Amino acid sequence: MYEVRIHSRGGQGGVTAAKLLALAAFRDGKHATACPFYGAERRGAPVVSFVRIDDEPIKVYSQIHEPDLVIVLDASIMDVVDVLEGLKDGGTVLLNSAHPVDGCRGTCYHVDLTGIALAQNLVVAGSPILNTPVLGALAKMGVITLPSALQAIREMFDDERNVKAAVAAYEELKV
Amino acid sequence: MLTIATGNRAVAEAVKAAKPGVIAAYPITPQTEIVEQIADYVTTGDLDSRYIPVESEHSAMAACIGASVGGVRTFTATSSHGLLYMHEMIHWAAGGRLPIVMANVNRALGPGWNTWAEHTDAFSQRDTGWLQVYVGTVQEAYDATLMAFRIAEDERVLLPVMVNLDGFSLSHITQSLETEEIGDFLPPYHLPHAIDTENPRGYGPMTGPDNYYRFRWDIERSMRDARDVIAEVESEFADRFGRSYGPTEEYRCEDADVVVIALGTFGKEAEVAVDRLRDEGIRAGSMRLRWFRPFPDLDLSGREVVVIDRDYSFGFGGVVAHSIRAKTGIEPYSVIAGLGGQEVTYNDIADFVRGRRPGEETWFGVNDHV
Repeated sequence: MYEVRIHSRGGQGGVTAAKLLALAAFRDGKHATACPFYGAERRGAPVVSFVRIDDEPIKVYSQIHEPDLVIVLDASIMDVVDVLEGLKDGGTVLLNSAHPVDGCRGTCYHVDLTGIALAQNLVVAGSPILNTPVLGALAKMGVITLPSALQAIREMFDDERNVKAAVAAYEELKV
Repeated sequence: MLTIATGNRAVAEAVKAAKPGVIAAYPITPQTEIVEQIADYVTTGDLDSRYIPVESEHSAMAACIGASVGGVRTFTATSSHGLLYMHEMIHWAAGGRLPIVMANVNRALGPGWNTWAEHTDAFSQRDTGWLQVYVGTVQEAYDATLMAFRIAEDERVLLPVMVNLDGFSLSHITQSLETEEIGDFLPPYHLPHAIDTENPRGYGPMTGPDNYYRFRWDIERSMRDARDVIAEVESEFADRFGRSYGPTEEYRCEDADVVVIALGTFGKEAEVAVDRLRDEGIRAGSMRLRWFRPFPDLDLSGREVVVIDRDYSFGFGGVVAHSIRAKTGIEPYSVIAGLGGQEVTYNDIADFVRGRRPGEETWFGVNDHV
């Protein structure tokens, strides 16, 4: 079972990112669950959501304590939350950042999702949309396939700018 | 059609397929998505139904009662305090022999204010005459809701059904969902005692000491008959749609020395714990209790039993544990865990089994020997 923990701030779309990733994995023919953790959070507060991907039906409903992959949609969270807590040895980290970030562990990828979203003018209520471009980065990393990533985006959003942003993130991802 | 959906969405999809004539509801976390989605179906015309946005849960159930006796299929959904606010009408719905279906997204009760999963809300309605089923997957939320209409409306039952799903841990998680073209699985709604303007009658009249008990016995007789009806409907559902259910879901129980009994998502996660324990040489099994009313007959002879209660009856014990004790004579190891959404993993469940003390009760996170 492949376990993913997504860190974001309330309002940045982390919950939708989890649903999109689960849907893309499902379109790849895998079993997938997306579990947001709903706390007493509000806009701007650090939040987490979880995705599990497996070849077998998934029976686990609890939170993910030892992820294979940690996604950080807002690198400023790293100042207040230990995003690497429980990351498996040999695990992977994907950061929304134009540059490598100090203090990362395991295989660290980064991509400027915010810049990509702004370039496509993907902005809702003043916030750049990060959850569709992140799928492109995850496809490049091999977590999902690119066709399934784009299909999942099109199933949930009727706006091709999301697809363009995902393709841009696919191309711009760096280790 | 195969897609992925949340537990709440699955319930709404089932309601759309069942085509109730009236839906009356009041929003409450974590149930709100169900009635939002249904309201959306009604607005777009995907569901030809009357949606009544009432001012309270008490009114929601009252409206369902009126519509049901008026001769149409009805549905509502609620959670926690909303369910408790309905309480008087919940008794009335069962006493009136009205096959109303309600989804209850299980949630703790305040104070302290808490929107996370717990079963105390539904168990507080245990003695109302409603059938209660507890589901463990998104697919099961859909399937059980569909079957609930068929079971409730069977003339051998004519009692309301409450479909329970865990708040957030099932209501808000996304899993695969197969929706169905249900064809004639649900026959047209027919209530033998529906209002007939050509033949006016009184409903809910004064019923004295010489007759009242007969009506109570009639509810119990139907509850007993409901066991067969449930089995028939679940069997037909399996034939038509390929997914089978029973009063319990048993996993590796055949040769088990110790059986974990839980409801809802804990009952599914317990299967993972069982696999881990088997790897260690502990012959464990899981028995997820699906139907709580009517309570099934359980064969647990010769086994040790660990019961996880996501609820509590203060001054007595876990509701499921004392039900198991009363039904089977077995003294279970009673674990109180998951109250108000307390995090419980399969590792924790495996620990409950490893450290079991038959006849004792433990509060997870409070008593240090767990």
